[in-house]
Amino acid sequence: MSRLNNKKGLLAGLLRHQMLIPIAALLLLALFNLIADPSFFKISLGTNSNGDPVLTGYLITIIDCGSELAILAIGMTLVTAASGGQDISVGAAIAISGSVVLRVLCGSDSHAQTLQAPIIVAFLVSCAVAMIFGAFNGTLVAFFRIQPMVATLILFTAGRYIAASFHNNELPIVNDPSFGYYGNYFPGIPVPTPCFIAVICFAVITLVLKRTNLGLYIQSVGINEKTARLNGLHPEWIKFMTYVILGLCVAVAGFIKVSRLSTINYSVIAKDIEMDAILAVALGGNALSGGKFNMGASILGAYVIQFLSTTLYKFNVQSDALPAYKAVVVILLVVMSAPAVREKLSALFAKLRKPSHAAQT
Amino acid sequence: MAKAPAVRGPKRGWLSNMTDTNLLTSITVVVFLVMYLFAIVVLQEGFLKPQTLFNMMNANASLIIISCGMSLVMITGGIDISVGGVTALVCMSSAVYLDQKGGNVVTSLLLSLCIGLAFGLVQGYLIAYLEIQPFIVSLAGMFFARGMTTIVNTHTINVQHEGFVALKNTRITVPFLGSYNKAGNYVDAYIEIGVVVALVIVALLFCMLKWTKLGRSFYAVGGNRQSALMLGINVRRTTFLSYLICGILAGIGGYVYFLHVGSGSASHASGAEMNAIASSIIGGTMLTGGVGNLIGTLFGVLSLTLIQNIVSSVGLDQPWWTGITIAAMICVFLIMQSVIISYRKKVLLNSVSGGKTG
Repeated sequence: MSRLNNKKGLLAGLLRHQMLIPIAALLLLALFNLIADPSFFKISLGTNSNGDPVLTGYLITIIDCGSELAILAIGMTLVTAASGGQDISVGAAIAISGSVVLRVLCGSDSHAQTLQAPIIVAFLVSCAVAMIFGAFNGTLVAFFRIQPMVATLILFTAGRYIAASFHNNELPIVNDPSFGYYGNYFPGIPVPTPCFIAVICFAVITLVLKRTNLGLYIQSVGINEKTARLNGLHPEWIKFMTYVILGLCVAVAGFIKVSRLSTINYSVIAKDIEMDAILAVALGGNALSGGKFNMGASILGAYVIQFLSTTLYKFNVQSDALPAYKAVVVILLVVMSAPAVREKLSALFAKLRKPSHAAQT
Repeated sequence: MAKAPAVRGPKRGWLSNMTDTNLLTSITVVVFLVMYLFAIVVLQEGFLKPQTLFNMMNANASLIIISCGMSLVMITGGIDISVGGVTALVCMSSAVYLDQKGGNVVTSLLLSLCIGLAFGLVQGYLIAYLEIQPFIVSLAGMFFARGMTTIVNTHTINVQHEGFVALKNTRITVPFLGSYNKAGNYVDAYIEIGVVVALVIVALLFCMLKWTKLGRSFYAVGGNRQSALMLGINVRRTTFLSYLICGILAGIGGYVYFLHVGSGSASHASGAEMNAIASSIIGGTMLTGGVGNLIGTLFGVLSLTLIQNIVSSVGLDQPWWTGITIAAMICVFLIMQSVIISYRKKVLLNSVSGGKTG
């Protein structure tokens, strides 16, 4: 159809492009904020409680707070593409990896005044633990062929309890200020540290997708497992690997989360983040049933969600009522991007155009 | 894969002649009975009384109803995670209506049904006719319901409405199953209204799924959409109806929950959707669709409660033990189901190919 009519094809192609939805949503939100209150976009240089210069402003907040979500969206996209399902245990897994970080840093005393271990050791240990839990999910999904949502339901149920059991239900606090640098600001650098961590993650995943065949393999497994096997791939191992990668993303996100507050609340930390991460993947126009994926669109989707949340907070929406507004926006977006609706819309456009063509000739 | 194709060779035993649905359901029932026997033998005191079982049902009547809806949706191959949010919304709206707007019990019940119906209609339409992913739609449904609950009211409301309190305290006595308390007096065993509602719903839906055309088409759609379409089943309408019924059941379940707790709060039924999914899975419903049975779901809910009771009676009273045991239980059931299903497939394939060559 696009070959027959080039002009129409351009419009249709634009309408079908995957990045359309997140970019359109971002522009819409930005426009809304611009009209409602232009000061939303103001970025000023202030000082934080330590007297260091920091950038403040809503945009900085969005980029700062969206980091964890964007990092999770990377792993979630891969998992979705390979296994055609989503991991709903990432919130609980963040609680686990965060509590591991604090367990290593605090040692047995939950209010230790000094760090009991270097921060890098704590981070590496939490990476290992999160990857083991990722491997657990991956084993269930890849080798036992359980649907991803159901398999990860196990860790979703148990995760926060496991996190609490590491500390005997106490709330550990890290008193050393240097631990807080990773979730807030390094002294002297006005940009929040999570932004840098997120950018590093994006760079790594871009390199991996560009330089290796991982992305291609994941997509081929997601599109047709049997064909992938006939072409010499090992679908089980590739699925398994995506869950381990997601585990790594979880560890990074969990590290940022605990570093922000230097403490952890097992039942509240990263609550509902799994839903947001899945939403980011869906907003990016990736099929939740697996197959092709676009990493950039997912990451953009994550920031769109954070943009939406921040906008709503700015208009004094209560944090408990936030989900209702989010839901309306989400439904509008997915309805607009649904293939059935798009077909009807383009048919409508075509119908509208025909009479005008007729009038011209 | 739903109903194992009828390859019933004469030499195969009754076990391999069972459908997947029946096999998984029987496993659940057997596991529940074994656990209960274990509880009676090892822990004695409480579990010998029938009232213990009735209390488990009283506390979980709403979960049974919600899980039935969830199983139905899962049988058609979908998922609905908005049920917990709808429950909370129903509780809060009914509480506000009864307590502050001066409504009566009948209209509050109607209100709950309408809320459930509305969620079912919208979600069903979006999923069945616009073909949007069920997970995303019901996720948005959950967000919306939870958010609306706090918009309706932020505080917890204890309902004082007379008619409602009378209904809430209605106890139905079960004859002959009472027990003697410490003072030696005979105490009647009782169940709440919600349990009766739940059991009636389980029975009705069980019969519907087993013996009506609509019920069978649910299985057909879940087993293989393409074949169902070729058989002349209206796949979209069937999918739509499953979400509609699930929504209505969430409304009823919400009202039963409301009857049990007698208050409205934003934190009510948190995690109910995951409990419902877990119960359905333990009850032998598979998320891939086409396999499942509501009797299994009933026992799934009861098993989930029983294991919690056992864990706390054994003395593992640290708060995390219940969560970890439930997760372990789901894990065991999932792996067992996965192994059984793949083994049966293999046997089936062998017998088919063997039959051809030999």
